[in-house]
Amino acid sequence: MLAAFRLLAATVLACLSLAAHAQLSIEITGAGASRFPVVIPVFENEARLPRGVTDVVRADLERSGLFTLIDIGPLPLPESVVPDLAGMRGRGADAVLTGSLVPQANGSYDVRFRLFDTQRQLELGAMSMPMTPAQNRLVGHRIADFVYEKLTGMPGHFSTRIAYVVKSGPRFELQVADADGMNQQAALISREPIISPSWSPDGSQLAYVSFEQKKPIIYVHTLATGQRRVVANFKGSNSAPTWSPDGRQLAVVLTKDGRSQLYVLNADGSGVRRLASSSGIDTEPAWSPDGQWIYFTSDRGGSPQIYRISASGGGAQRVTFDNAYNVTPRPSADGKLLAFITRNGGRFQVAVLDLATRQTTILTDSARDESPSFAPNGRMILYATEVGGRGVLAAVSSDGRIKQRLSVQAADVREPAWGPQIR
Amino acid sequence: MKKLLLPALLSVLLAACSSTGTDATGSAAVEDRSSTGVATVTAPGTAGAGMAALTDPNSILSKRSVYFDFDSFVIKPEAKSLIEAHARFLVQNPQMKMLIQGNTDERGSREYNLALGQKRADVVKQALMLLGATEAQIESVSLGEEKPRCDDASENCFAENRRGDMLYSGEF
Repeated sequence: MLAAFRLLAATVLACLSLAAHAQLSIEITGAGASRFPVVIPVFENEARLPRGVTDVVRADLERSGLFTLIDIGPLPLPESVVPDLAGMRGRGADAVLTGSLVPQANGSYDVRFRLFDTQRQLELGAMSMPMTPAQNRLVGHRIADFVYEKLTGMPGHFSTRIAYVVKSGPRFELQVADADGMNQQAALISREPIISPSWSPDGSQLAYVSFEQKKPIIYVHTLATGQRRVVANFKGSNSAPTWSPDGRQLAVVLTKDGRSQLYVLNADGSGVRRLASSSGIDTEPAWSPDGQWIYFTSDRGGSPQIYRISASGGGAQRVTFDNAYNVTPRPSADGKLLAFITRNGGRFQVAVLDLATRQTTILTDSARDESPSFAPNGRMILYATEVGGRGVLAAVSSDGRIKQRLSVQAADVREPAWGPQIR
Repeated sequence: MKKLLLPALLSVLLAACSSTGTDATGSAAVEDRSSTGVATVTAPGTAGAGMAALTDPNSILSKRSVYFDFDSFVIKPEAKSLIEAHARFLVQNPQMKMLIQGNTDERGSREYNLALGQKRADVVKQALMLLGATEAQIESVSLGEEKPRCDDASENCFAENRRGDMLYSGEF
């Protein structure tokens, strides 16, 4: 019976997901103060591909707000030849990427590329990777990651994925897309709300809260197979799942013993144990990347503030003090920064706290920001906001300079979560 | 409903299985009918004595919503008679189960609002239990800001969305 039900559910989902949906479009609304001028000509033999690679690289780098592209015309600079670096320098470029696609017997290619510094007149690095013509976007994102890392010293985030919820009319879709908004696919379609998606550290699963049974229940969903399991369906509400850094546990909020309180359970739903106990609301747990702490929101002091508690339990320490409403703590992957939402004179805005200096900076000037999450390299923060009464996604750099907006035509987008870096 | 369906379904399945193995010797076990008493069970959601009142617009029992002030989970005096009526109904109909859904307006964090909606559902549950309803009859859950009854960003709408709804078996 259960198997039959699963088959039915899978069939319904498969049918529903055939309905096409407009993809996220990204608009850059602010850029870095100084940007690297780079030259990225088309690769040798790239014209043989149905869809290009280097336009993906250029779009990624340009959208990051850290690079400007200098056009030197339509001719490729083959990977095998050292380009005229002085000449490139003369055109204002600080760096040049050259590359070739070497055809292989089976119709695939070997992509070879090199990055040069025109000022110091030296090669910064070279790489090669195999690709099929259908992998043009994937390979483009990887090459953009390589260029970004060589020139900024930080890992790129172009080959990561994001998850978010699209509401159009009565329909809710949990979608997964590449970080540039392309290649979006629906993981779950429902007529009831879906909130709080959280990526497993290996990027293969999402935990989330679905209201499909008329109450909040926590599921873990394997993206490749569509297989789902209920990990918390206790009496009352089950919500706010986030993964431990080792992917073996989830911190969740349950009301089975009364108020909304923090619990930890194994990723298969077993071994539920209470983490903390307070006389008020405790919610929105998030593990520190070293697994030592769990940050969370609590109104135990009268107004919602951010606290942290040792992952093994014990006393809570208050983390935020500045405003009367500070919620949704989300640490960066290096553990140095904490993004959260603060109510600043009636406006809900993205703020970042430097955990070493205790310095808080408000990064946005919008009024309805929610659900911040860091890119794996800590450089950008993805969040939900509202523009013209419609939910959109936006991203801001952790220094507040670079701003992007991601929207879907005629639909509400909310609850974004930036996925992990898969190496 | 699930509880009642499952035994029925199981007996059908068992009958289907056993039919292949039964022979004609008449050796199948005969039900023990020595006890003749019959206890009537009314399935949850079945219209019975007093059930019509739940949907009669002239009955207070057809009203299901308890409203709250901003960022508050205190039951206002005007909700008292409504809660008393539902508590009385639950006491008189111990087989009836209730799901209380707490709701909030759309401002602020979704998860924090989910917790706030839970507090609203909980205070309604506690009030009903103080008046005699039992723990086993009531589940309080939260929908947070996710199921607004009213969609505009106006104070009237926000007020309409800050509420707890009392639903009986078969209504959710």
